[in-house]
This record gives sequence, structure tokens and C-alpha cells, in this order.
Amino acid sequence: MTAAQRVNVWVRKVPSWAVYILGAMIPVWYFWLAVSGQMGVEPINALERALGLLAMQTLVVVLAVTPLRRWTGISLVSHRRALGLLAFFYVCCHLAVWLLLDVQDPGRAWADIVKRPYITIGMAGFVLLLPLAATSNDRALRKLGPVRWRRVHTLTYVICVLGAVHYVMVQKVWEIEPLVYLALVLALVATRLPRLRRRAAA
Amino acid sequence: MARRWTNDLTLSDVTPKQAYLNRRQLIGAAGAMSLIGGAAAAATDETLEPNTFEEITSYNNFYEFGTGKTDPADHAHQLTIAPWSIRIDGLVDTPGDYAADDIIAQMDIEERIYRLRCVEAWSMVIPWQGFELADLLALAGPKPEARFVEFQTLLRPEEMPGQKFPILDWPYIEGLRIDEAMHPLTIMATGIYDEPMPKQNGAPMRLVVPWKYGFKSIKSIVRITLTDTQPRTTWNKAAAAEYGFYANVNPNVSHPRWRQDTERRVGGGLFSSRIDTLMFNGYDEVAGLYDGMDLEQNF
Ligand code: HEM
Repeated sequence: MTAAQRVNVWVRKVPSWAVYILGAMIPVWYFWLAVSGQMGVEPINALERALGLLAMQTLVVVLAVTPLRRWTGISLVSHRRALGLLAFFYVCCHLAVWLLLDVQDPGRAWADIVKRPYITIGMAGFVLLLPLAATSNDRALRKLGPVRWRRVHTLTYVICVLGAVHYVMVQKVWEIEPLVYLALVLALVATRLPRLRRRAAA
Repeated sequence: MARRWTNDLTLSDVTPKQAYLNRRQLIGAAGAMSLIGGAAAAATDETLEPNTFEEITSYNNFYEFGTGKTDPADHAHQLTIAPWSIRIDGLVDTPGDYAADDIIAQMDIEERIYRLRCVEAWSMVIPWQGFELADLLALAGPKPEARFVEFQTLLRPEEMPGQKFPILDWPYIEGLRIDEAMHPLTIMATGIYDEPMPKQNGAPMRLVVPWKYGFKSIKSIVRITLTDTQPRTTWNKAAAAEYGFYANVNPNVSHPRWRQDTERRVGGGLFSSRIDTLMFNGYDEVAGLYDGMDLEQNF
């Protein structure tokens, strides 16, 4: 057995319920840190940012699943759905903290969504995640059929780019870290371009 | 000299026993006229208690040490602040290097408990020690033609790791109009809670202009230049549409990133409510400086 195959055996042994539970516990853990004063003296912004970063990182992992398999043979495909749904969950938590703890007012939240470009872009990412989350189950996959299902899920690329652009724009200055994420996302999307083009031509 | 502006709010006022007195004094400090309305009175109730030393020293914007809020607290210990001198030059009678220790020895150090409102829509209440900037400028004797004051922060990338990255045009520059600089509310702060100024807060000496957004209150000053032209300030150069030269706290002028009509007082925890932001951060006594000016244009 190659090293990659050994990793795959191990990965497949992890039941997906464990991925869901462990993944869902991270925001709970963050929330506890924030409540108990372990996220600094201004926990609302700290929690908001921690959840945004967690969502971004998870989206990058989801994007990396296919190239990772192609280049190393390591396959996380059996957990891709769980990772995708977790990313959606993290964005929901991020949005909830923004709405309920940060802005605290639906009217003002709406004003921010239409007025502030970095919020508009983040919100677009969230809205595009909704159809993906709704179709991340076997029934939807059967109903749509693999071709249409895959077409819907190419939205992932758009969402990741929106998320990374949002991250760059949130900063007041050109910071390195968000630019690294944006570059990573663009590179991972670029690895799909030949295949996407072929599919579009077919 | 000094004590031209009486702030009778002192640390002893924050004890609950003195709550009533405290409120009366704050109303005085914030300008009685603006506080008659119910909403404004509610806002002042929120402003009573100074933040803790820990809050004031662990949540800072000081990009010279990094862009994270805790970067200054983590990295500022590298900064050496002795010896320290401030060059005062430009349109003054006696330009020169003034040693920080000599300046402090000559000045009448008083306590000023001020609200600090950051452009990012958070705020604190800070018990500063310091002296009026006007008294420092008087040492060098501003010439009548001086119309602006330009301030500069130390440039020392070996000790200020944030300066290794060109995220801003270092060194940090800020500026005031001369009448703003001479206003008795404008101080050079040398300490917090009777401790010498912590490094992450701008040791050994920093500006505090309480009616303007925090980025105007430049830290770790090494140079003060009196000029007849408006200084090109750092954040204004970085994003002119976002950060104006005046940067007066103004709930009616929205910022492209943050709404400015409300703010969050640091220290309230995860469920703290937003409070109303006051015009000039509640320091209505400066309104006269801007008579006839369109503050939406000159934001
Ligand atoms: C695909 C969806 C999204 C992703 C991947 C994402 C990611 C991020 C990241 C990485 C950060 C910065 C974290 C840091 O600096 O460490 C952030 C900050 C933020 N995001 Fe999002 N976000 C998304 C959607 C949203 C939505 C829907 C909203 C609100 C409508 C939102 C509002 C914010 C706010 C207010 C901040 C913090 C701004 C500040 O600190 O001033 N984001 N987000």
C-alpha cells in the first residue's frame, strides 16, 4: 500500500457523524471563549472575525479536495459534504454574530448590506451558499441527477472567491494574510478551469 | 499656565457612592445643552465608568506594532523610550530638540478623564495624565504665520515590526489646525491611571484630541512642525474618501466601512449594547472652532 492509500483507509474510518459533531463544536467552543472573557476585552468583534476566518479556512479545504486527490492520491471526498455543510454553518454563525451581537438592529443591518461593499459581497457569498446547502443530501442529488447537481455546485468556486475578496476588503490596509487566502482560492479555482471549459464545450 | 479647562471628574468619582456627583460632572464635561434630551441623558449614563487599565492596554490600534488589536500589547515591549526627545521646528521662534524628561518636568501634569472614540465605532473612557499641548508649543514660541501643526511618530523598524511592511506610508503623520492644537481640551498625555504611558498606548508622550476619532491622537511623537500648509496625514493619504483631515466625531457623517451614529463601549462583554455617538464625542465646547464650516464636506 502506498502512503496515500494508507491515509485514505484511515480517512474512510472516520465516520461522518464525527466530522459533523467535531466541526459543529468549534463555534460552540469559540462562543464559550468569548463569553468567558478569553477572546480579549472586545469579544464581539473577536468572535465575528474568528468565525469568518474559520468559514474561509473550511471553504479552502473544500476547494482543495479534488486537487489534493489528483496530485497526492489522498482522498477526502467521503467527507466533502460534511466539510461543505460545516462551512455553511460557520458562515451562518458569522452572520448571526454580526446581526445579533454586532449590529443589533435589522434596519441597520439591511442598510449596511446595501451600502457597504464588503458586507454586500459577504452577503452574496451567504446567499449563494443557500442552494448548495439545500441540495447537499442524497435526495436532492437523486432528484437533480449528477449533471445538474454538479452544475449547481460549481457555485462553490464563486462563493470562495467572494469570501476571499470580502476578507481582503474587511481590512483597512492591504494585509498579507487575506491576500494569501485570495491567491490560494484563485489558484485552486484555476486548477478546475480546463475541466470547466471542457464541460462547457461538451 | 494650564488648568484652563476644568474637568472636575477624577478617579474618586467613579465609585458608586459618588454616582450622582459623577453624573453632574459629566454633564458639565459633555456640554449641558446637548444633554437635556432623554436619549442623550441615557447615553451619558453609559459614559460614567473609565475602562480598566487592562482594557486600555490590551486593545489598541498602533499599526507600527502590527494590525491586530493585541499586537501592540504583544510587541511594544521592544521599544526603547529613553532617551527620548521631540524636535519642535518649522514656524517657531526657538526650534530644537526638547528632551522628554525636561518637558515633563516643566509641565503642570493634570488628570483628564476623556471618552476616546475610534473610527471603527468602538470607544473607551480613559483617565489620562498629561498637559495641554498649548503649553508645549509655547516653549518653542509659534510664529504668527503658523496655521497648522504636524506631528510625527518615531520611525524605527528594528523596534516597531509593523513598520517593516509598507501597509502605511511610514512614519505616521498627523496634523491639527493651530486653533485646534491650542484648544485647552487638546493634551499631550504622559500617563494612564497614574502609571507612565504604557508603550502600546504611545510612550513616552502622545497626543489626545478627545473630540476627534482616535487615529488623530498620534502616539510616540518625535517631531512637531508648525507650518502654514495643511499636513498630509497618513490615513488621509491611504484612503482619502475614508479618513478626512478633520475627522471630528460626527454621528451624522457615515463612513464607508462603519456606521458612525452608534458605538460600542469596550468592556461590556459579548452582549453589550450599542450606545449613541455624540457630536464632537460629547465635547460641544469645540463647536465654535468650526463655525460656518460644512462638516459633511470637511469630514
Ligand atoms: C462566504 C461567506 C463569508 C466568508 C468566507 C467570510 C469571511 C470573513 C473573514 C475571513 C473575515 C475576517 C476575519 C479576520 O480578520 O480574521 C470576515 C470579517 C467580517 N465579515 Fe465575513 N465572511 C462571509 C460572509 C459574511 C456575511 C454574510 C457578513 C454580514 C452580512 C459578513 C460580515 C463580516 C464582518 C462585519 C466582518 C468583520 C469586520 C470588522 O472587523 O470590521 N461576512 N469575514
